[in-house]
Amino acid sequence: MALSTGLLRRGRPYLVGALTLALLVLVGCTTNEATYPQTTLAPKSDFTRLVDDLLQTTFFWAVLVFVLVEGGLLFAIWKFRGKPGDAEPKQVHGNVMLELVWTAIPTLILVAIAIPTVKTIFQTSASPTAPEVEIEVIGHQWWWEYRYPALGVVAANEMHVPVGKTISLKMWSADVIHSFWSPQLAAKRDVFPQGPRFQKVNPLWFRADTTGDFSGQCAEFCGIQHARMGLRVIVQTEAEFDAWVAQQRIGSPLVNGGVVAPATDSTGAPVAPDSLMAVGAQTFQAAGCIACHAMVGTPLAGTTALMGPNLSHFGSRRSFGANMYLNTPENLANWLRDPQAMKEGSKMVLPRPLTEDEITTLVAYLRAHQ
Amino acid sequence: MASSVLDHSHAPPAAKTGLWSWLTTVDHKRIGILYGASAFFFFLLGGLEALVIRLQLSRPENTLVSPDFYNQLFTMHGTSMIFLAVMPMSAMFFNYFIPLQIGARDVAFPRLNAFSYWVFLLGGLFINASFLFNAAPNAGWFGYANLTSPQYSPGPNTDFWFLGLQILGVASIAAAVNFFVTIVNMRAPGMTLLRMPMFVWMSFITQILLLLAFPVITVALVYLMFDRHFGTNFFIPGGGGDPVLWQHLFWIFGHPEVYILILPAFGVVSEVLPVFARKPLFGYTAMVFSGAFIAFLGFGVWSHHMFSTGMGPYSDAFFSLTTMLIAIPTGVKIFNWIGTIWGGSIQMRTPMYFALGFIAMFIIGGLSGVMHASPPADLQQTDTYFIVAHFHYVLFGGSIFALTAGAYYWWPKMFGRMLNESLGKVHFWLMFIGFNLTFAPMHILGLNGMPRRTYTYPEGLGFEMWNMVETVGSFVIALSMLVFLYNMIKSRNSAPAPADPWHGATLEWAIPSPPPEFNFAEIPTVASSMPVWDARRAAGGQLPEPAFHDGSGIHMPNPSIKPLIVAVGMFIMMISIMFTHADWPWWAMSLAGLAVMLYGIFSWAFEPAG
Repeated sequence: MALSTGLLRRGRPYLVGALTLALLVLVGCTTNEATYPQTTLAPKSDFTRLVDDLLQTTFFWAVLVFVLVEGGLLFAIWKFRGKPGDAEPKQVHGNVMLELVWTAIPTLILVAIAIPTVKTIFQTSASPTAPEVEIEVIGHQWWWEYRYPALGVVAANEMHVPVGKTISLKMWSADVIHSFWSPQLAAKRDVFPQGPRFQKVNPLWFRADTTGDFSGQCAEFCGIQHARMGLRVIVQTEAEFDAWVAQQRIGSPLVNGGVVAPATDSTGAPVAPDSLMAVGAQTFQAAGCIACHAMVGTPLAGTTALMGPNLSHFGSRRSFGANMYLNTPENLANWLRDPQAMKEGSKMVLPRPLTEDEITTLVAYLRAHQ
Repeated sequence: MASSVLDHSHAPPAAKTGLWSWLTTVDHKRIGILYGASAFFFFLLGGLEALVIRLQLSRPENTLVSPDFYNQLFTMHGTSMIFLAVMPMSAMFFNYFIPLQIGARDVAFPRLNAFSYWVFLLGGLFINASFLFNAAPNAGWFGYANLTSPQYSPGPNTDFWFLGLQILGVASIAAAVNFFVTIVNMRAPGMTLLRMPMFVWMSFITQILLLLAFPVITVALVYLMFDRHFGTNFFIPGGGGDPVLWQHLFWIFGHPEVYILILPAFGVVSEVLPVFARKPLFGYTAMVFSGAFIAFLGFGVWSHHMFSTGMGPYSDAFFSLTTMLIAIPTGVKIFNWIGTIWGGSIQMRTPMYFALGFIAMFIIGGLSGVMHASPPADLQQTDTYFIVAHFHYVLFGGSIFALTAGAYYWWPKMFGRMLNESLGKVHFWLMFIGFNLTFAPMHILGLNGMPRRTYTYPEGLGFEMWNMVETVGSFVIALSMLVFLYNMIKSRNSAPAPADPWHGATLEWAIPSPPPEFNFAEIPTVASSMPVWDARRAAGGQLPEPAFHDGSGIHMPNPSIKPLIVAVGMFIMMISIMFTHADWPWWAMSLAGLAVMLYGIFSWAFEPAG
């Protein structure tokens, strides 16, 4: 009785601390993607499942060691608490056998972690034997460019991939180091700026388990808007993906230099573009957008090395500003009014302020391009 | 009258009070106090930066600070806490207690010691002066190339950063040489290497790490200086350079730096635990060799900071395994600490609270460290709040808790006054609870996808609640610091401390509190690693207060202003690099600084040392 009240009295703060920590760990483990859409703990591809299995192994050992060692520490603090008038305790200087044992046990635990670690390193580093979709990922301050060379698609920020197919990424950067991270599909891999001697194109691969819309973001500090260098990976059925590709190919710089044959009527005579497209294209050029953005139907439709994203299929995107804003007419109009107010330091600088008429035209024009 | 003036010109003034006495002091104890006061000031500044960071992140899409200012805050928070707070707090203890614990009257090179301090202070003030120009460093404490190149960091921010670090590096290397020589040469008779107090041992290993690691960052910073100011392309890929080279150089320095931050803390805890468990350190020899082994391995693990760069499976596996190896000697230390208190008679005084809190928190940091050592798992955790949690558990839960234990333990020796025990315990519990509220949830956020170094986060990713909890926790930590500050101020009026308030084991407890300028009236002879315990046992349980000695006949070094002159000259010369693009001849400033420095060095060389 005296012993247990003593435990409660003297050990209570430690117990509370330990229980709080245990609770925190518990909460961390039982959360799911409904609460945390960007969680690493709900793998949705073969790659992230390999990583997650390894994490489960190391986490198990970490929790076990945590409980035993912290428990031993708390027990020692309680058991050997001094009382006034205590005689000097026995002066022990060490115990070689004991020390050998507590060197050996952690070594064995580390072996139990090291073996699956090395195995997983090689599994996740191996190049896929038969990549089914190849995508080039290019990091920019502060947005992502995706090129599908075999499919003739150039996209920005939102990567579309078919479910169940092996996706192979080849990644580099146009300016500074970024890191591509889609937590549920592929762990982080840095992307590097290239040079005449420094050429480091990093590979990454994954095969998504399910369809869905997965958010991710740049994970290497890359300047003022690093926080807002988001991305999405949209995993679709093969049919949806094929339809998306067919649409995106129209006016792509990778297809026929971006040149689209003019529409014709049944007699083969060219059809005049409707007024929205005509006026919009004219405004797009007059306002100077074309200095940084490729756009179907403009003279620079076929260019790939511009500063800003290719806008030829802007209307098909769910978000803009690197997954910062939903693609709604209101958000887009605000963006065109003052991009620096919405994303300070962004490279989106208007050559001149736009009139409200121009903004209305551009919003309609851009969003009409599905 | 005239003759007395002449006499003084030969014997420099040896005032014991006043500003001039502090500017010219070469007394290791006063320099230690200067280090401590400066470090605590920078620690509060870094803490203030952390509080603003936490306020900004307390809710999603917050606009308390601008994105760029946020980047300045987290860069300066990291830089300050590492280089301006934890390192110089350790330096405070090196300065004050290495000579006392080895039974010496000062360090080997007292004036060089003063020089180290002045250079450190100037470097710290210089980096922080950047805030006055709204141009604080903003590329991260790790300053990854090529974000630091002139193209992507055109302002003076990065100049403040690399010049400040370069200046601080001079201070660190000079101090490391000094303490290395002091420990090797100035131990009291009978103090063999394996009789040195554990704090001296860990400090000794730290000096070796400093001497081997700082030259690497020095080279890297010189390359960066040339890239930024003289048109080279060491790290700029477009010009043929290699940005990954920076990462290798930075982490070959940076990982040993982690042990530079933690080994002195290990030493402090290894002093505190035996005294308050009334039992010798368990496995002294294993503690020495595990410390040395950790330091040695520390040079073979740097690329575990770079798993996401895609080094390939063989490098990943190598650096993963070497990193895991470090867990073995670290585990030995933790078990030996528990072995030390096991079977003891634990006196729950404030230093012991912090030392035990250190063990409990450091275990958590160590375990998350092992999780990081597994590269595929690290690819999910790196650059998220999980790693922010990890290194705060080792640097705050580890270093800061241990250094605070040291502060409570050694305060009566340094100032001759006791800190208040009740306030000390309030300080501990507030800090312990605040610390865990702030940093434990970061594990959860990190694993659930919250990246670090982001000035805000969108709604709907589930980050809201834990971020708010963390912010509340950070203010609990701030409150604990106010309690500590109050306790320190209040101690001016508390009862005078005896020479040995805790029944210590090492030599500093054999001399008065605070020690006289000459430390030891008579240099002691040592026959074990716990000489004062042995003496107390031989005396039948109680030692008399040491007798007063007026210091006559003891020769001490003269005070000197020369170290400060050399430091100021070197400082002017180095910061002239800021102005290479200015429309006035920056090299004139460089030469002026050089002239001051050379004057200082020459007059130093010909000054009578005492």
